[in-house]
Amino acid sequence: MAVREQPPGVRQETMIINMGPQHPSTHGVLRLVLELDGEYVVSCRPVLGYLHTGIEKNTEYRTWQQGVTFVTRADYLSPLFNETAYCLAAERLLGIEAPPRAQVIRVMVMELNRIASHLLWLATTGLELGAISIMLYAWREREEILRIFEMVTGLRMNHAYVRIGGLSMDLPEGAEGKVRDFLKLMPGRLHEYEELLTGNPIWRQRNVGIGTMTAERLLALGVTGPMLRASGVALDLRKAEPYCGYETYAFDVPVRAEGDCFARYQVRVEEIRQSLRIVDQCLQRLEPGPVMIQDPRLAWPAQLAVGPDGIGNSEEYVRHIMEESMEALINHFKLVTQGIKVPPGEVYQPVESPRGELGMYVVSNGGVRPYRVHIRAPSFVNLQAVPAMVESGLVADVIASVASVDPVMGDADR
Amino acid sequence: MLPAELAERLRSRFPEPLEARGEVTVFVAPEELQQALEHLRGEEDLAFDTLSDVTATDWPGSDPRFWLAYQLRSMRYGHRLRVKVGLPDSDPRVPSVTPMYATANWLEREVFDFFGLIFDGHPDLRRIEMPDGWVGHPLRKDEPLAGVNTQYKGAFIPPPDQRGL
Repeated sequence: MAVREQPPGVRQETMIINMGPQHPSTHGVLRLVLELDGEYVVSCRPVLGYLHTGIEKNTEYRTWQQGVTFVTRADYLSPLFNETAYCLAAERLLGIEAPPRAQVIRVMVMELNRIASHLLWLATTGLELGAISIMLYAWREREEILRIFEMVTGLRMNHAYVRIGGLSMDLPEGAEGKVRDFLKLMPGRLHEYEELLTGNPIWRQRNVGIGTMTAERLLALGVTGPMLRASGVALDLRKAEPYCGYETYAFDVPVRAEGDCFARYQVRVEEIRQSLRIVDQCLQRLEPGPVMIQDPRLAWPAQLAVGPDGIGNSEEYVRHIMEESMEALINHFKLVTQGIKVPPGEVYQPVESPRGELGMYVVSNGGVRPYRVHIRAPSFVNLQAVPAMVESGLVADVIASVASVDPVMGDADR
Repeated sequence: MLPAELAERLRSRFPEPLEARGEVTVFVAPEELQQALEHLRGEEDLAFDTLSDVTATDWPGSDPRFWLAYQLRSMRYGHRLRVKVGLPDSDPRVPSVTPMYATANWLEREVFDFFGLIFDGHPDLRRIEMPDGWVGHPLRKDEPLAGVNTQYKGAFIPPPDQRGL
């Protein structure tokens, strides 16, 4: 936008404002250099890199199995998607597939993670736009999911639960019941959120018609996920390029045509509802069976169990390798100290994360370490749309627009 | 189009398309990249209209040293293609595809930042993740993981084991 015409005698100059990297509404350490003409944004320049942690470089110095614990920290609000994408890529290079029970549990924890991620988005967006109640409500429900994750994986975040060839361990006793309780609880709570927000005049004024983007512009910028679906494009990789058996689950892809912040809110709330449907189907499909491939040359040699002091190898397993089987001990030693070898080649594995297309470009040179792991981060790509959304708008709407992108800086900067 | 069909379809324009693990890769010389992408986008039955990702891999000691990988996707058909471009160790340059795909802007900046590859015609080729004053390109294989000095806006901090704390 050009600087507005001023009456004669009035000074014409714009002001540069640094929004971030330390700012409560920038979802982490995003810095926006805003050029302002009064209350209007003339130009916006995002500056990234404040949370760059060298995850891609680090994976090149660790074994394939250890890579899981690095990629899970990239997008720390949807760690299970990072893990699954990385493991699917490694599994495709190895030519293996995780057993059916592991696939069902992967889908279940990913969809729970999607709900948790969207709830966090709802909470923080509400907070930034001045709706404090929704922040408390959404966090309350997210806490329920984090408790399930803690019970299942041992950790609330950065789980390293999905492993090459399956999962680190099976669901503990009582986990299915917890998930069932959550499925009972959540629809009513979702209804509450919508009662609170959808017809709320302040919420509507802050979101309707704000940050509007056309599908053509978003596609040129490579934007994917809920943002694109709120602009009328029904692209969901779970449907378009299914993995983990998503093609066998019944769910809808919510789409809105308006392309504004309000449409993105509606799409995300509806996605929570669809994820609940998928989790319900997962519970019905859980059949007993292994959660790790049986090939002893590839399967991580550990039978983890949650003991009184945390997760570790179960007593039975330790007894097996220490007292019963020399073979098992040798195998354990080899795999843990050296790791697995992955045949040379490269794959690009896309999955639908809560923020859009999360791609893992993994290259192997046949060694025990990945030669290159690149994360195509949806937050990184989607943030490119911010200048187009906020320029020539009001500075107050910058907050609504940035929030509607749902950027996670750990994902953007890696 | 199934990967095998796609590979067969591309054979007339690109020599030796590679099909592996359900993915198709074609190899293009740096100076032909833009025409190749225009062709892939323009053909009615290919329609590779979106660019998902641009990244690179460093293979020191081999020629070409750097391999750029462009991940294309067709919104209309849903099929994917990887276009790979090899660049030499000395003066690695490739034309920018930002005029064709706006999304390439930051992706190319990231590759420049991490690998030091030059994208000719890029509107704003600056570092994006590393601090502006950083020396070197950290994802090159000859850059160590640890033990490097931290450089930030004139500040110079030795690696942790040499700080004498």
